[in-house]
Amino acid sequence: MYRILPLVSFCLFSTVALSANLESTADTKDIIIGNTAPYSGPASAYGTIGKAEAAYFNKINAEGGINGHKIIFLSRDDGYNPAKTVEQTRKLIEQDHALFIFSSVGTAPSASVQPYLNSNKIPQMVASGSARFRNPKEFPWSIGMIAPYTLEAQVYADYVINHIPNAKIGILYQNDDYGKEFVKAFQDALGSKASTLIVQKQSYNVTDPTVDSQIVNLKASGANVFLDVSGPKFAAQAIRKMHDVHWTPVHILNSTSALREAIFKPSGYDKVQGLITVGSLKEPSDPKWKDDKAVKDYVSFMKQYYPEGNVNDMLNQAGYAYAQAVVQLLKECGNDLSRENIMKHATHLKLSLPIMYPGIEIETSPTDYSFIKTYQLVKIVGDSWEPVGSIKKVTSPENKQK
Amino acid sequence: MELFIQQIFSGIATGGIYALLALSLVVSRLATGQINFAQGEMATFSTFVAWWMMTALGLPYWFVFLATILLSFFGGMVLEITIFKPFERASAFAQITVFIGLLLIFNGLSGWIFDYEPKAFPSSPFADIVLFQNNYLSSHEMGMLFVTLLVAISLGLFFQFTKLGLAMRASYQNPELSSLSGIRIGRLLAVAWGLSAAIAAVAGMLIAPIVFLDPNMMGSILLYAMTAAVLGGTDSMIGAVVGGLLVGIIENLIGTYVPFSGNDLKLPIALLLILIMLLVKPSGLFGKPVYKKL
Repeated sequence: MYRILPLVSFCLFSTVALSANLESTADTKDIIIGNTAPYSGPASAYGTIGKAEAAYFNKINAEGGINGHKIIFLSRDDGYNPAKTVEQTRKLIEQDHALFIFSSVGTAPSASVQPYLNSNKIPQMVASGSARFRNPKEFPWSIGMIAPYTLEAQVYADYVINHIPNAKIGILYQNDDYGKEFVKAFQDALGSKASTLIVQKQSYNVTDPTVDSQIVNLKASGANVFLDVSGPKFAAQAIRKMHDVHWTPVHILNSTSALREAIFKPSGYDKVQGLITVGSLKEPSDPKWKDDKAVKDYVSFMKQYYPEGNVNDMLNQAGYAYAQAVVQLLKECGNDLSRENIMKHATHLKLSLPIMYPGIEIETSPTDYSFIKTYQLVKIVGDSWEPVGSIKKVTSPENKQK
Repeated sequence: MELFIQQIFSGIATGGIYALLALSLVVSRLATGQINFAQGEMATFSTFVAWWMMTALGLPYWFVFLATILLSFFGGMVLEITIFKPFERASAFAQITVFIGLLLIFNGLSGWIFDYEPKAFPSSPFADIVLFQNNYLSSHEMGMLFVTLLVAISLGLFFQFTKLGLAMRASYQNPELSSLSGIRIGRLLAVAWGLSAAIAAVAGMLIAPIVFLDPNMMGSILLYAMTAAVLGGTDSMIGAVVGGLLVGIIENLIGTYVPFSGNDLKLPIALLLILIMLLVKPSGLFGKPVYKKL
């Protein structure tokens, strides 16, 4: 009987103590933003997003901060390992008193801390386009900042149905959540036509040295449309192999890998003429934007605040864009920098960033967490992107009934 | 039928990649008795150095090719003298740990110095030579296979018929007797490391145009190259080449003809091949069985 008392009081005490640790210090001058990114390991190419964001926050601080508050951006390495993400995120929240988690890189790593952050009512803004971060019913505190892959897939499906008669589609996809989600969304968007239109699907694992065998199989299937849902390196290999075996289908490439400087230029623009993707950011190397003010601002920002970063790396531009969005969001919060208010503004966003393709908007609502719902198809003509058709506004299937 | 032929040739092309790296593994094994797990990462690092010489210094391809081979040779020797020497008499486990440590170090170095964005390795001159234009193998792939065979044959002759090659094999097979006969084992080990590093550099430079250069380029290739070496015999040059081609072809055929999950099975099949080979004929298809006196 007497032993229960210390036990109970211990439990009560530790609960109070633990919950006290989770509270943010929202009344101090500084805004502490927590972030996890892969600075080591196989996905370390994505670490540059965190570096670009840190550089942007340095710029904002140099210009006076947000409504007088300075930003303290704490970015921790998780090596794209979900187990490490859990550890680092907890440290950020409980020891470093981060106000919220911003731009955590990767679907799997971010998913591992989603329950923890949601049950503790901490905003989680994720650099991922996965559907699990657009689920306000189950995870109201998580929101994905990348244009949803599923909506991108829908745009491609619509294009094929409406513009390519007698299409025979071959798909190459990465054998993980990203690739599978994309392909499923594409098939769902094709609806009943999916089984007749898709003639071949080939997957690859990130551990495969090349995708040559898959390309050979896709060509043999007679496909005249090629949907390529692969990472940058494999997309480059696919372009090379397609050229080697003289296969010239209509080539649709997911926007993550449709990189002019990193992939098309070294492979040779002659091999990618007519390649289609959705435009997202204005590339500094694209002659089309050479006099564009937003691009010039971005280039001078990189020169001054992140000179060792590659100005042509789309990841840096993405980080720049996300950082701009969150700075805007925080400005709108005014003096109420509580987590509730931050989340409220995150779900009532409406802005367009000049560095983004004209017409693309960021717009969220409490029922629709998709950051971006507008898409512009583009294709390679010469060494530049030209628009194909007009801007499309896409509604995600889960929001279609509303 | 056409698809079958295409896949065979595609497998031969990928197999050539594995064979090249397997050759450097076999060389290091022939001379040191160990498979150097860090070989892949060393190859990547050498290739990055070559890339840097071509893009930052603007040097011509063949000059860089030869310079990288020489630099890698000396780099390999230095590695042996500085890092591996204390472990020459250590247990196999200790040595393997050193290799894995080197793997991590080189991988990290490549990423840190050259960053992680995939880079195009400047087109090899093979791409310009249009000898046998066909749909099956690109001219680069044909050139690569040719170089693989050339290296394999040269190495085979070197180890069989030259004093240095024989001395290397002797010092691996029987260190005490060899040093008693006047062979400087330490020096030979350094040369062996240099040689395998040089071959690995060749492998890297020929592979990079196909798979694109990034710090993790050789990660999975090393696994398949090890499979090739085990399959063909870890002390046989011809074994490495045949093993590599076999692994490439088998992997492609499984990927094509096994329904639903063929592509997912590539890596498990490679590992299964290692397992089967070690159970059935541990010395590989062309290797010589090792007998130990009890």
